[in-house]
Amino acid sequence: MQNNIRDNKELEAIALNVREHIIKMSTDGGCFTGASLSAVDMIVYLYAEFLNLHKDNLTDPERDYLFLSKGHDVPALYGTFAELGLIEKERLANHLSINDHIYWHPNTHIPGIEFHSGSLGHLPSVAIGVAMDIKIRGGANKVICIMGDGELNEGSCWEAVLVANAYKLDNLIFVIDRNKFQANMATEDLIPLEPLHNKFTAFGAAVSRIDGHDFNELRRAFEKYPFAEGKLNVVIADTIRGKGLPSIQARADRWFCNFSAGEVEQLLQELHGEHTTQLTSETLVVR
Amino acid sequence: MSYEELLTELSLANERFVVMTAENRALIRNLPQLLGKRFIDTGITEQTMIGAAAGLALRNRVPVVHALASFLSMRAFEFIRTDAGIPSLPIKLSAFIPGLLSDANGPTHQAIEDVSIMRGIPNMTVFAPADEDDMVKMMPAIWASPKPAYTRINTRKTSYVHAPFEPGKAEVIERGTDVTILTYGLLFEQALIATEILKSEGLLVGLINMRSLKPVDEQAILNSVDQSELIVTLEDHFLTGGLYTIVAEVLLKHQKTARVLPFALNEKWFKPALLPAVIEHEGFSGKQVAEAILGYQTSHIQPEILKPQFAE
Repeated sequence: MQNNIRDNKELEAIALNVREHIIKMSTDGGCFTGASLSAVDMIVYLYAEFLNLHKDNLTDPERDYLFLSKGHDVPALYGTFAELGLIEKERLANHLSINDHIYWHPNTHIPGIEFHSGSLGHLPSVAIGVAMDIKIRGGANKVICIMGDGELNEGSCWEAVLVANAYKLDNLIFVIDRNKFQANMATEDLIPLEPLHNKFTAFGAAVSRIDGHDFNELRRAFEKYPFAEGKLNVVIADTIRGKGLPSIQARADRWFCNFSAGEVEQLLQELHGEHTTQLTSETLVVR
Repeated sequence: MSYEELLTELSLANERFVVMTAENRALIRNLPQLLGKRFIDTGITEQTMIGAAAGLALRNRVPVVHALASFLSMRAFEFIRTDAGIPSLPIKLSAFIPGLLSDANGPTHQAIEDVSIMRGIPNMTVFAPADEDDMVKMMPAIWASPKPAYTRINTRKTSYVHAPFEPGKAEVIERGTDVTILTYGLLFEQALIATEILKSEGLLVGLINMRSLKPVDEQAILNSVDQSELIVTLEDHFLTGGLYTIVAEVLLKHQKTARVLPFALNEKWFKPALLPAVIEHEGFSGKQVAEAILGYQTSHIQPEILKPQFAE
């Protein structure tokens, strides 16, 4: 059974619930709220519609693979897994508990997580290994690796693009969550990435740049897979850090958030457009 | 049989084998034609090679990866620790020109902390064959294990015929009550020479080829300590973290003390030159080791140390 939802209203409803889960995880120790909210829509689209990957085929060698290299946005993945039945929703209440494995970075104790991450720039090459094996065996599986834009500072990302190009891995899609911020500041103020499209094109990839919060655009990009025969596929998804919460959107200082219980209640209302929140909790910039 | 012949035979017989290299093909020149798509050269990208090896292992492959020991163990260290060590994937690291075998390359190429850093990774196993015969006897078990493994590749030929390899076991060459030499890798050949000189000077000499540095054969070390007045460790590695440290850890764990004389590189890189001169310069020739143990010069003749074959 494939999820294959193809209905924007349904995808939007799932994404809204995932954002609620993320806000609820942003307290009692907190999480990387801003980085998670930017990735929600692409993750929901990929699992709910695009990928042949669901709760009943998690160990099937013919399944599609998704690697979350930008591991600190894992609350978006936990929330999506809870909504799609890969894990129980109640389990999200164990966030940061010593008795579970729902911590700040992905790990394979959680069903559906293919590989642990947290150290940036690792999973592009791991995804390459999986894509290579699928090519050797003549399989039809798709392999996706989601990377952050700040993550692209790591040289190993570009090494991976060189190798993916050399091996003509057109079964591999690198998705860049282009939310314009790295940990502490705007990417363009620290290590500028633009023109990013041209960088990937120059490395031999077939590139699509879209609004990463628009399900029609996500669908239009991914349904062109494979983008070009023998070329690495790259999707640059322009996103907004903190998307869905105007009070933290596109702010350098709202990457990692640890809100008070009262703020969480207000942010949940803000998510549904009821009002904006006056945040008083300490601003955490560096984690 | 050579390393390449062995790897060819095993990888042709087992579809799980994938042979990888970061453009270090000296050991595996004939494998691209023989293995086709199961031969993967990622170019000069040790990190990407290890990450890709992890991905291949997730798909039930056994990647046997090749690179120069210094770049494999250090450039890619975090990838090995994180992508092979944490999930304990069966990635087999073949480290070319380790230790003194990088002879004239200079300190950039000297992997003389590799045993120390590799054995520090949980789940990792670490091996150092004494010569080509030893290596060919060890590799099948290393490759058959479900664990990640780091092997100091050693293609040098000696006249010694080794015993079959048992995982986790050292090879006891001789036992002796005066002194026992513990060694691994290419200096095994010099240890054999030292043993003969010491015996002809009247000492009762033991010699152990450690083979496996992690897991280490604790019993072999403890037996040597019980049987011999003096323990000698001989290794082409920094004094810190290698066999000398391993012996210290084993003795401490078992609440034993011993007289231990180490031969190792103490807080320094070795002087680059061709291998025979390097061994002499660092005081690691069999004659030099024997005379250091005896405390006097002898008239014994140091056999010629052969130069290595060209290494890329």
